[in-house]
Amino acid sequence: MGGQAPVVQRIRIRYAKRGPLRFTSHRDFARAFERALRRAAVPIAYSQGFTPHPKISYASAAPTGVSSEAEYLEIGLQAEVDPAQLVLALDAALSPGLDVLEAVVADEGSLADRIDASRWRLELPEVDPAVAAAAVKSFLDAGEVLVERMTKQGRRSFDARAAVTHLAVTEQSHLPSGAFAAPCAIIDLVVRQVTPAVRPDDVLSGLRVVAGLEPPVPPRVTRLAQGTLTAQGEIVDPLDTDRAAIGGH
Amino acid sequence: MPLISKPIQYVGGELGAVVKDWDATTVRWALMYPDAYEVGLPNQGVQILYEVLNEQEDVLAERTYAVWPDLEALMREHGVPQFTVDAHRPVRDFDVLGLSFSTELGYTNMFTALDLAGIPLLSAERGDDDPIVLAGGHASFNPEPIADFLDAAVLGDGEEAVLEISGIIREWKAEGSPGGRDELLLRLARTESIYVPRFYDVDYLPDGRIQRVVPNRPDVPFRVSKRTTMDLDAWPYPKKPLVPLAETVHERYAVEIFRGCTRGCRFCQAGMITRPVRERSITTVGQMVKEGLEFSGFSEVGLLSLSSADHSEIGDMCSGLAEQYADTNVSLSLPSTRVDAFNIDLAQELSRNGRRTGLTFAPEGGSERIRKVINKMVTEEDLIRTVVTAYSNGWRQVKLYFMCGLPTETDDDVLQIGRMAHEVIKAGRAATGTKDIRCTVSIGGFVPKPHTPFQWAPMARPEVIDHRLKLLKQEINSDRSLGRAIGYRYHDGEPSLIEGLLSRGDRRVGAVIRRVWEKGGRFDGWSEHFSYARWIESAAEVLPGFGVDLDWFTTRERDQSEVLPWDHLDSGLDKDWLWQDWQDSLSEYEQDDCRWTPCFDCGVCPSMDTEIQIGPTGKKLLPLTPVNNLRVPA
Repeated sequence: MGGQAPVVQRIRIRYAKRGPLRFTSHRDFARAFERALRRAAVPIAYSQGFTPHPKISYASAAPTGVSSEAEYLEIGLQAEVDPAQLVLALDAALSPGLDVLEAVVADEGSLADRIDASRWRLELPEVDPAVAAAAVKSFLDAGEVLVERMTKQGRRSFDARAAVTHLAVTEQSHLPSGAFAAPCAIIDLVVRQVTPAVRPDDVLSGLRVVAGLEPPVPPRVTRLAQGTLTAQGEIVDPLDTDRAAIGGH
Repeated sequence: MPLISKPIQYVGGELGAVVKDWDATTVRWALMYPDAYEVGLPNQGVQILYEVLNEQEDVLAERTYAVWPDLEALMREHGVPQFTVDAHRPVRDFDVLGLSFSTELGYTNMFTALDLAGIPLLSAERGDDDPIVLAGGHASFNPEPIADFLDAAVLGDGEEAVLEISGIIREWKAEGSPGGRDELLLRLARTESIYVPRFYDVDYLPDGRIQRVVPNRPDVPFRVSKRTTMDLDAWPYPKKPLVPLAETVHERYAVEIFRGCTRGCRFCQAGMITRPVRERSITTVGQMVKEGLEFSGFSEVGLLSLSSADHSEIGDMCSGLAEQYADTNVSLSLPSTRVDAFNIDLAQELSRNGRRTGLTFAPEGGSERIRKVINKMVTEEDLIRTVVTAYSNGWRQVKLYFMCGLPTETDDDVLQIGRMAHEVIKAGRAATGTKDIRCTVSIGGFVPKPHTPFQWAPMARPEVIDHRLKLLKQEINSDRSLGRAIGYRYHDGEPSLIEGLLSRGDRRVGAVIRRVWEKGGRFDGWSEHFSYARWIESAAEVLPGFGVDLDWFTTRERDQSEVLPWDHLDSGLDKDWLWQDWQDSLSEYEQDDCRWTPCFDCGVCPSMDTEIQIGPTGKKLLPLTPVNNLRVPA
C-alpha cells in the first residue's frame, strides 16, 4: 500500500453537545465524527502506517452527560475546502444535538496551547439561590477543599479549590414564582485546566464537603466556553488568533 | 439518567431514526428487540421493518430495547414506563408491540418490558387499550412456550406481513374498531398466515404428550403458514440503516445477499425454515452498498446470508466491490462461509489492502461419521487443504467452529476435533515453514430445533457435554507443541439444555418462564445474568403439576406419531420428509443441495407456492466515479 496523501489544510472546529445527546461519550462522539467525515465526503488526510487513522485531534472533551457549547477539534485535510461549506456539510452529517458551529483555517501554533480554562454553568433545580450562595462563599473562603473521585487508579483525594478562579451564584437564579414552580440556583464557574483535572462535579462535591449542599435532583451542567484565561479572569476564544490571521491575509 | 451506565443507549437520535407526528398517523408500531441496545440496534430484521413501516405515510414505528437492571430499578422507583428510544413515548400507547425473537433466551426480557409498560402479561387479561403483542423472528416458528402471553405471531419474512397487518388495523379503526380487540385478532387470524394462539386449544394425552391442537372458532385455519418474500431486488432494505452513537456489537452496513439455504445441514433451523433460496442480484447489492455507505458513513460492509459463498455471482460481486473500494478505507467481510478453497480466493479479494487477521470455518463435527449424520459434507482432507491454503496465503489465525452434543455423538467423535486441530497445525507449519500460525477451536452446544430433522432427537445431558469438553481439552494438550498453537473455547452444557426446553417446549413451559422471571430472571442470553439453578428450580416447581419434567422436554426422544407442539404451524417442510431425513441421518446417509441436483421434495416450494430464485444475471459491477466535493445539503 502506498503512502498517504499529505495534509494541505488544517481546520479547527467548534461544536456543541446538546439536549439528550449530552450523554454521548467522547468515544461515541469520535466514532460518530469519523462517520460524519465519510458521509460528508470530507477529504480527510490519514496517518501513515498499516492501519491509517484519520487526522483528527481533540481538545479536552466535556464529561459524558455534560452539555457543551464549546468543544474543539482540529482536522488535517488532503484537499482544501471552504470552511463555511464544511460547517454545513458536517453539521448535516451529524445527528441533531451534535452541532457543528464554526470552522476556521488553522494558523500557526497548537489548539491545545490556547486552552487552559473552561467556563461552566451549573443549574441546581430545587436549590434556594441563597443556600447555594452561602455554600459558594464557604468554598471560596477555604484554602483547600479535598474531594474524592474514582479514577482508573482507584479512589483518590485531591484539592478542588486551587483550580477554581471564579465561582458565583448568578442573577439568572430564581425563586418559586408564577413561571417557576420550584427555585433554581444557577452557578457560574471558571476552572483552570490542571492535573488531576478538576471537573464541575468535583466542585459540586466540594460544595457538599464545605457546606453540606446536597441538590435533591441531579444538577445540569453546560460548558459555555474554553480558551486562554487572561489576567482579568476572562476566557479568550481559542479560534480568535486563527480568525485574525485570516483577516490579515 | 446520569445515574445509570451508558445512558446514550436510551436517548435515540441515531442517524436513520424517524420521529413522526403521533396525531398525523393512524397505525402505530413499537418494535422491540428484547435484548440490550448494543445487540438489538444492529438487528437487520428490526431495521428493515422500521424502515418499511415508516415509509407508509399514516404509519409510525418506533423502537424499544430491553433496559438493563440498573435502569429497570430506577424506572420502577420513579414510575417510568417502558419507552421507545425514538420519541420516548410509553409503549402501552401503541397499537402493536412487535417483538423480534432471534433466540428464545429473550423471553424473560419480554416479561420485563410488558410489566414496565403496564401491559398485562397474559393475553387473556389485556383490554382494548393495550397494544397487540406480536412475535416474529425465528423463535416464532414455535411460539408455544409464550403462547399465553402473545396475542399473535408471524412466521417467516416480515416486510409484507407488517404492511398487511397495518392495513387490517387501519381498516378496523376506520370502521370504528368494531368488536374491539377480539374482532381485530379474528381478522388477523383469518389471513391464515398470522397465528393467534388464543383461537387454538391444546388437548393432552394422559402420558403428557399432546393429543391435538385445534381451532376453537369457526373461520380460523387449522394450520398457519409462514410468509415468504419473493424477489429481494424489490425489497432493497435497509436503505437508511440506523447508525448508533453508542457502541454496538456490529458497526457495519450489512446487506443480505440472499435468503434461505438448501445445504441441508440437519441441525440448522435457519436453513430449514427460510427456504427456498432467493438471491439478491449483484447489481442491487452493489447499489445498496454504495447508497448504504454514503448514507451511514460506515467503513465496513458485511455481505450476509446463511452461506455467502454459495451466491451464484459471489466471485464477481467480491472482485467488483473490492475494485470499487480499493482506494478507500472501506473494508468488506463475508461471514458464514463454508470449508472450501474457493472461499480463500474470495477472502483474498476482500482483504486486498487490509490485514489478514483471521478466517473462520465451520466443519461443525469432528469425525467423518458425525458430519454425515448432520449432513455437513466436508472431508477432513478438504478441511486441511483449505486451512493450509489460508496459512500459505498469509493468514496466521484460523478459527474452527464445532458443535458438541449432536445426535448419536460418542466421546470419540468429539476427541477427533482435537486430532483434526493437531493435523491442521502440523500441515500449516509444514506448508509455511513457520511456527507462527494458530488455530482456535470453538465449541457450541447443540440444541435440537423445531422444523428440523433433529426435532425428534434427544439432547445430551449437560454432564455428558461437560465430560466430552474436558476430554477434548486433554486431547488438544496431549501434544504440548501442537497444543500451544491451539486455542480452545467452549460453553458449558447447562445453558443449552434450557435453550432446548424453550425451543421445543409447549404451552406448559410458559409457566416456567414466568416463574423464572418472577424470581429475577433477566437477560438469559448473557452468561453473567443467566442462572441455571433458577431455571432448574422453577421447572421442578411447575412442570410436575402437568405430569412432565425438564428431561421430558429435552433429553427424551420423540417418535414419529407424536404430535409436536408446532405441527399446526406450517414452515412448508413436509413432516414425512423431515422424518425420512432424520432416519437418513441415523443411517449416515447424506442429502445433496437442490440448487445443483434434482428436487428432493422437502415440500416447501409447492406448499408455499415459491421457487428457487438464483442467478447468475451475467451483469458486473461498474467502477464508481470518485466524487471530490463535500456533500452539502441543498
